[in-house]
Amino acid sequence: MSVATRRAGPAIPADPARALSERRPLGDRGFQILALACGLLVLAILVLIATSTSQQAALWFSTEGIKVFAKTWNPAANQFGALPFIYGTAITGAIAVIMAVPVSVGIALLLTQVVPYRWARPIVYVVDLLAVVPSVVWGLWGILVFGPWIQHIYASIGSAVQGVPVLDDLFGPPTSGASFFTCGIILAFMITPIVTSLSREVIATVPAIDREGAYALGATRLEMIRGAVWPHSKGGVTGAVLLGLGRAMGETIAAALVIGSSPTITSHLFAPGYNMPAVIANQFGEASGVWRSGLIGLGVMLFAITIIINIIARGIVDRSARRQRGA
Amino acid sequence: MDRLHRKRFTAGIALAVIAMLAAACSSSSTTGGSSGSSLTGTLNASGSSFQLPFQQAAIQQFKSVQPNMTVNYGGGGSGKGRSDLAAGVVQFAGSDSPIPSAETANFKGKTVLYFPVIIGPITVSYNLSGVTSLKLTPTVIAEIFQGTIKKWDDPAIKSINPGVSLPSTPISLAVRADSSGTTANFSLFLMTAVPSVWKLGSSSTISWPSSAHAGNGNGGVAQIIKSTPGSIGYVDFADAKAAGLTYASVQNKSGNYIAPSPTSASAAAAGITPASDLTFHAVWSPAPEAYPITYQSWVLVYQKQSSTNTTKMLQAYIGYLLGPGQQLLEPLGYAKLPSSIDQQAKAQLDKIGM
Repeated sequence: MSVATRRAGPAIPADPARALSERRPLGDRGFQILALACGLLVLAILVLIATSTSQQAALWFSTEGIKVFAKTWNPAANQFGALPFIYGTAITGAIAVIMAVPVSVGIALLLTQVVPYRWARPIVYVVDLLAVVPSVVWGLWGILVFGPWIQHIYASIGSAVQGVPVLDDLFGPPTSGASFFTCGIILAFMITPIVTSLSREVIATVPAIDREGAYALGATRLEMIRGAVWPHSKGGVTGAVLLGLGRAMGETIAAALVIGSSPTITSHLFAPGYNMPAVIANQFGEASGVWRSGLIGLGVMLFAITIIINIIARGIVDRSARRQRGA
Repeated sequence: MDRLHRKRFTAGIALAVIAMLAAACSSSSTTGGSSGSSLTGTLNASGSSFQLPFQQAAIQQFKSVQPNMTVNYGGGGSGKGRSDLAAGVVQFAGSDSPIPSAETANFKGKTVLYFPVIIGPITVSYNLSGVTSLKLTPTVIAEIFQGTIKKWDDPAIKSINPGVSLPSTPISLAVRADSSGTTANFSLFLMTAVPSVWKLGSSSTISWPSSAHAGNGNGGVAQIIKSTPGSIGYVDFADAKAAGLTYASVQNKSGNYIAPSPTSASAAAAGITPASDLTFHAVWSPAPEAYPITYQSWVLVYQKQSSTNTTKMLQAYIGYLLGPGQQLLEPLGYAKLPSSIDQQAKAQLDKIGM
């Protein structure tokens, strides 16, 4: 103690604990500034991306006007309407979510409610491994292995439903291994890990007392999940699904390889289609003028859509988290 | 094992020392001399993926001519090459077509020189078991690719292929998913040869009939054709040969059915008179031995360079592409420039300067 006092000189108080607490604000402030700078950097990069891409897309918006939402994209005829890609993005995103969500929520329930913790760990690892497969690998596997294999299934479903109303429009011919549906399936594989892990976290926050209460009232496991777990985690799981949707819509290279690259609007899910990220990846290299500007414009639209979806998802997750704290 | 490593390490050091000595010697002798002297520096380029295998082979071989010069050629597509050149990030660009009018403003009035370096045929490849030779006219090709001829035993195909037993199966199209110079030149051929029949225009991306199967790159299209019986698609000669595809003979402007090959592609270019800036299109050549779907690719450079060293490096490398480099083309599945165009291109090398 005396050593500290002598070193600090007469102006510094004798108590080393107080000296430490007075010294701390300087380090704290430095850290605060550093952290703030990091946060602002992310924001600045986002703003820069938004402004520079919008600037480059301005030519498309000004040339085409309302026709940016037209249903024909044909560079050979200078027609640059984005509707086929918006449609494809919505369809493939929807297929991915419809296929991935039941599986993901099922895995999340399995991990939190059914199997004991020491068995849950390895399952979590395996699901997370899906997330580390590079998207180009998914795409190549999709086009070289999965597409040719599932093509035959499409073809037999297609001929089976021929002439049946509605089903024929959805699953009838033309069929192709590279299609909306193949793309949706591949995207479903890719978003399963994120939806699973977010759902698992949300479901894990269900208070043990609620669950045990349900059991005490004589509920079976299924009834307990329906009555205690589900109402509690509904909001959080919805948010997880929307975040998964955001990822599915932005996934580029896997989609570019398996979607079939045909800018058509059709109800046939087994037919080749196109979506926004895929067309950017496929056509950017050779594009110029309004065409290039249009591709950048598609990027701006996609950026805006995913930001909106993410904000909504975050909002839902936060609201449900607040409600849980209140409860 | 360990000794081997140590040996390699020593050898590596020795090599590095020799290389440094050589570099020191050569840089002192560079001053003044034009051809024959050793150059030091880096050239960066991007663009046409059609040129990529040729550029890679040439860069490899060029090392023995100018060991201290590094040339990097990233593909990315002709459009990327042109915009990179306009933005000044590369010293030269590879492009399968001249600068389109929509892009001229990007070059801010600076003169761009065109050096044709490579010619190649685009095959019309198909997968029909038992059919080893097939003849097609431009009209039939146009109608197949816009979906008006739907079956292999269509009378239009039958009448030009007497004696060939064509099945009554549907034709499935294999096209490019990514935009490409191959598509641009294939559609340019149809637009030039049969303008009254071909309705889909000419561009590096075409709105194909929606039933078409799309693949990425020439290799992707070749893979679709190989795995889909009854399919037909356009694939550049090198990839068609590598994938072992069967390809059709196509009727040329003089009425002869010609099979794609380096020889028939060179013949096509020889029958064309290029413009004074050396731009030309080799499709639909009037030469009697010409394969009609032949395309070409250029190296694009600014006439005015900022440094003497860059000028010399560009002259050395492009000179190599037009000279000894031409011998690399045929083994890769491309075709040599006809000597008339090659001479004109070489003569233009001196225009690059400060």
